[in-house]
Amino acid sequence: MCGIIGVIDRSRQRMDGTGIRSALSRMDERGSGEGAGYAAYGAFPDYKEYYALHVFFDNPHETKPLVEDELSKWGTVEYQEAIPTFEQANIRKLHIPWRFFFKPDIHLMPRSITPADDIVTHLVMKINSSIPGALVYSSGKDLAVFKASGWPEEVADFYRIQDYKGYLWLGHNRYPTNTPGWWGGAHPFNLLHWSVVHNGEITSYGTNRRYIESYGYRCSMFTDTEVVAYLFDLLIRRHGLTIETAVKALAPPFWDEIDRMPNREQEIMRAIRLTYGPALMNGPFAIVVANHDSMVGFTDRIKLRPLVSGESGARLYISSEEAAIRTLDPGVGDITMPRAGEPIIGRAQ
Amino acid sequence: MSIGSVPLRYRISVDRDQCMLCGRCVDSCPYGVFRKEGEQIHVNSRVCVACHRCISMCPRDAISLVERPVDYRSHPIWTPQVREAIYNQARTGKIILSGMGNAQDYPVIFDRLVLDACQVTNPSIDPLREPMELRTYLGKKPSHLNFKTVEGDTVLQTILSPNLMLETPIMIGHMSYGAISLNAQQSLARAVTECGTFMGTGEGGLHESLYPFQDHMIVQVASGRFGVDINYLERGAAIEIKIGQGAKPGIGGHLPGEKVCADVSCTRMIPEGSDAISPAPHHDIYSIEDLKQLVRSLKEATEWKKPVFVKIAAVHNSAAIAAGIARSSADAVVIDGFRGGTGAAPRVFRDHVGIPIEAAVASVDAKLRSQGIRNEVSIIASGGIRESADVAKVIALGADAVYIGTAALVAMGCRVCGTCYKGLCPWGIATQRPDLVARLDPDYASVNVANLIHAWTLELSELMGAAGINSIESLRGNRDRLRGYLLDENIMKVLDIKTVGA
Repeated sequence: MCGIIGVIDRSRQRMDGTGIRSALSRMDERGSGEGAGYAAYGAFPDYKEYYALHVFFDNPHETKPLVEDELSKWGTVEYQEAIPTFEQANIRKLHIPWRFFFKPDIHLMPRSITPADDIVTHLVMKINSSIPGALVYSSGKDLAVFKASGWPEEVADFYRIQDYKGYLWLGHNRYPTNTPGWWGGAHPFNLLHWSVVHNGEITSYGTNRRYIESYGYRCSMFTDTEVVAYLFDLLIRRHGLTIETAVKALAPPFWDEIDRMPNREQEIMRAIRLTYGPALMNGPFAIVVANHDSMVGFTDRIKLRPLVSGESGARLYISSEEAAIRTLDPGVGDITMPRAGEPIIGRAQ
Repeated sequence: MSIGSVPLRYRISVDRDQCMLCGRCVDSCPYGVFRKEGEQIHVNSRVCVACHRCISMCPRDAISLVERPVDYRSHPIWTPQVREAIYNQARTGKIILSGMGNAQDYPVIFDRLVLDACQVTNPSIDPLREPMELRTYLGKKPSHLNFKTVEGDTVLQTILSPNLMLETPIMIGHMSYGAISLNAQQSLARAVTECGTFMGTGEGGLHESLYPFQDHMIVQVASGRFGVDINYLERGAAIEIKIGQGAKPGIGGHLPGEKVCADVSCTRMIPEGSDAISPAPHHDIYSIEDLKQLVRSLKEATEWKKPVFVKIAAVHNSAAIAAGIARSSADAVVIDGFRGGTGAAPRVFRDHVGIPIEAAVASVDAKLRSQGIRNEVSIIASGGIRESADVAKVIALGADAVYIGTAALVAMGCRVCGTCYKGLCPWGIATQRPDLVARLDPDYASVNVANLIHAWTLELSELMGAAGINSIESLRGNRDRLRGYLLDENIMKVLDIKTVGA
């Protein structure tokens, strides 16, 4: 099950978290009260030059020094704080959420074209795979992920997301089957600038994970969704593909369709499928992926999970359900349903 | 004559009440088991190989066959097979020859692996209603693509190497003209053409009558270089360098002169009646860089238009060897497991040298991924693929496609009697004797083989659909969808799979 939603304001006007909270709560039928989460882009205008590393500590006294030690090897922490939380009846505070504003020293990664991103990726993989009791769950600049075990409204109130503003929000209402109760298992999943909310199950996970791990990524969250974030990072940031091409690699048209395409298009599609076969995502899914400049929603190749979208002025909405979009914006115009594998893309100016 | 005769391996008996003395058994058996004298069929069971030709031709079901009608004193170590091998060698002082695949009682890993299926949380896909893609491309793939925008149009900058396109990941492996008959090769060639897949020529050249099917044939270059010229290379859809074979890793091949008839001699480009000996190593390959040069020479000769495969036997070091092959210009590596069949191999090699294909594919795929060069070569698994489930399992372990050999022969009637090396195959498959070859009618045999490939392809689609997968690339290397059932922990580690229930 699971319910997902995303909204982008293409003129980068920031919205507070009130709207997304009520929209996600509208889809409580799709969840079970064991996990919910939000992501906000544009959350930290005062620290927008710094990577905002969000970490769940099981016991900060033990593990925070280890994380700080790791960070100090690769750069400097400008500011850090315990993320403010507010007690909710149904949320047991299993982890202490912490926030570091971090600046990597790019001279330490001399042969990279994106040294800062590479350092932060390395740190995320290193900390998550080698420091038990510490989990970096959000690592991009100017963006925050809020997630915990609970209903969407409880998680929203736990972090008071109405106090944060963003021009792009994602939300996820979880019906867990895999790792219930574990905060790390709640969505959104994030790596650097990429955040993902996902409804479904990726039957090709074993293939995708082995593919992405051969490029140095380490899957550490025991769930299929994190590979989506890593695949976007690989295809778009490291391989330089456009969002459209990346989506075509992950949810490509069928060969029957490709064989009927005009020559040049056919050649491109064939090359994409040959090259990125191991990145193809199979199984039922609807996904919304975001970075600082865009939001894209798409489904699996035969659309086994629902996804609809709507527009209103500068705003584009993508969600599992029309009701959620209408809750967020009663004035929204037509609701459309994308075809299987067809991306809906919203770009910020 | 101190050892005496060994007990019968098979006893043939004829039910006199049923027998109508039609004499079909006499005509069927090239080994001379039957003779008709007066009003009776007489039997010499000692020469029987259990090929079942007589049984399948008898109109009255009058013939029965019993294996090992004479018991030895039972002993767990000194089995009848062991004792008989000793008697045989005590008498001859020679290497024991054998046919078909490994006959030793090793555990079969495939039979200790189970596949996954979807329930509730992800829907299974019905191949009758939804598209199911088995199309497979074999060859080098780029690690990433470069695009350029020219006047608003996206233009692909990366040039792709030629790949073979298969409509199903099931191919037929290399069995040469010489080892098998021309009718057998023609049947296989017609079947693969019909199914949109490929077959290997083996190291026996490409007979003229197969030219119409050349777009579906992979021509082999082995250590004897039989039948190799530019015409041969250019006709093939791809070229395969054979380094070794799963049934006999580390040794060469030997086609006895009796099998080299006029036609075989022309196709192989060797004198009629001469033994065709393929040496153990290629005499121009003594290291990985020599192999690289041969790959490049073949590529140059064919203007870089053909994929070049390299076939090795599955041995301990397969993974490292495959990594070396991936660094050459080769497009695919064929791994031939120790259950692979053969027309003739020393029994000691067939039964004791090499490793199973399941472990070899798993370690090759893992090694290539760990070095970031998995895209440089496709992996073709062969040797011991008996049914569609084996295909699904070996692809999930990391293979791109499979070669089948024995299974295709069985589809043409072969009873796996294992006596191919005698050249008297009563089914017209592993023989060059014209009257026996004529028994195999390509019009029918090709349909049987095509039926087999179709049937496995359908079963593969159903297995994938049940696993919620609609494209073969999502099954490839997807070891999460396999579980080991009573496999030991070390093997599961090599296969990178979990146990059932985990």
